Amino acid sequence: MTTATTSTCPECEEIVPTAPDARVTSIVVCPACQVELEIIGLDPAEFALAPEIEEDFGE
Amino acid sequence: MRATVIGAGGYIGGELVRLLLQHPHLELAQATSTRLRGRPLTAAHPNLRGQSDLSFVAEEDLKESDVVFLAVPHGASAKNIAAWSALAPMVVDLSADFRLHDPVRRERHYPGAAPDEVWLSRFRPGIPELHREELRGASHISVPGCMANAAILALHPLAAAGLVEGPALIDARTGSSGGGRTPDEGSHHPERSGALRMAKPHGHRHTAEIEQACEVPVHMTVTGIEAVRGIQVACHITPSRAVTEREVWALYRAAYRDEPFVRLVRERSALRRIPDPKILSGTNYCDIGLSLNAEGDHLIVVSAIDNLVKGGAGNAVQCFNIAVGHDETAGLAFAGLHPA
Repeated sequence: MTTATTSTCPECEEIVPTAPDARVTSIVVCPACQVELEIIGLDPAEFALAPEIEEDFGE
Repeated sequence: MRATVIGAGGYIGGELVRLLLQHPHLELAQATSTRLRGRPLTAAHPNLRGQSDLSFVAEEDLKESDVVFLAVPHGASAKNIAAWSALAPMVVDLSADFRLHDPVRRERHYPGAAPDEVWLSRFRPGIPELHREELRGASHISVPGCMANAAILALHPLAAAGLVEGPALIDARTGSSGGGRTPDEGSHHPERSGALRMAKPHGHRHTAEIEQACEVPVHMTVTGIEAVRGIQVACHITPSRAVTEREVWALYRAAYRDEPFVRLVRERSALRRIPDPKILSGTNYCDIGLSLNAEGDHLIVVSAIDNLVKGGAGNAVQCFNIAVGHDETAGLAFAGLHPA
């Protein structure tokens, strides 16, 4: 079981809390800059920008 | 405090009436319409059924109040400012008459009689995000044009940082209500419906306001789209040096971190990544998003607003709130609808 941790946002460097039940691949929103982050590591939490969700625009 | 709306029969005037009727610190005392004098407010604005027992009055029947909002055609404010200022210690003008302070720029876009210089000097620019301190205690406020406000909020942080190289190219799209209540051939349903008409490829009057506020040259096209409300502007910018998306976002966060009505859109879904005015109808929000190409030499900043609210009536109420020391968001809490 993981414990609640805090790490910083790779975008704005503000602290981003993660819930105790957070898992790798969970998505969190940075409370400072509102960017969506994916958890890529735990203990301590590591974040990357969440994958973009693309759509087909007639390309 | 008691408020007057002059020109309340139009779309912007109607939005002012709607917002003032729900304002916690203001009482709408009177609203004028030349065409509808004596008729209830609902004759022009059926959405206000059950909200007020007021009827439209004629200008000559106006009584004094604490603030006068002017939702009148361009030229009328400049012509009548002395008389209307005598009705209240505070005037909030939504026309273009007192927006431009450079006479050359004004003459180029609004040829004709210039406003009186003494009156002009009393007006403060109604852009809270740029001029909040000047608005505190202001007696006269000039609210920007709808597309100008959207473009200024999108462009200003970059321009102020000296990051705009050459002219900014602004592709603006607008709903039909921006054309006002008076119909013409272009607004006739068979002509307008389904059209994507670039009505103003060059020389739109709002470019003057954008250049005045941002101090960079701009070219703007304006296209009418299949919507009643809403403006989306896409500002195409060549940065003066290579930039990263992270540093550009940091710039916008620094500019708007404490702004109650500017929201930076950071969602990762293509469906939501770029601001869309559809979800902003009736709100005072300006949503801003951006995209930088991989080389870091072409930036698109997109903003979206409701042209009648953050582009007019809501912004006017926000400016009023600041001027008199109310909570800036008073009367402007509506969060919008989804789906809309």
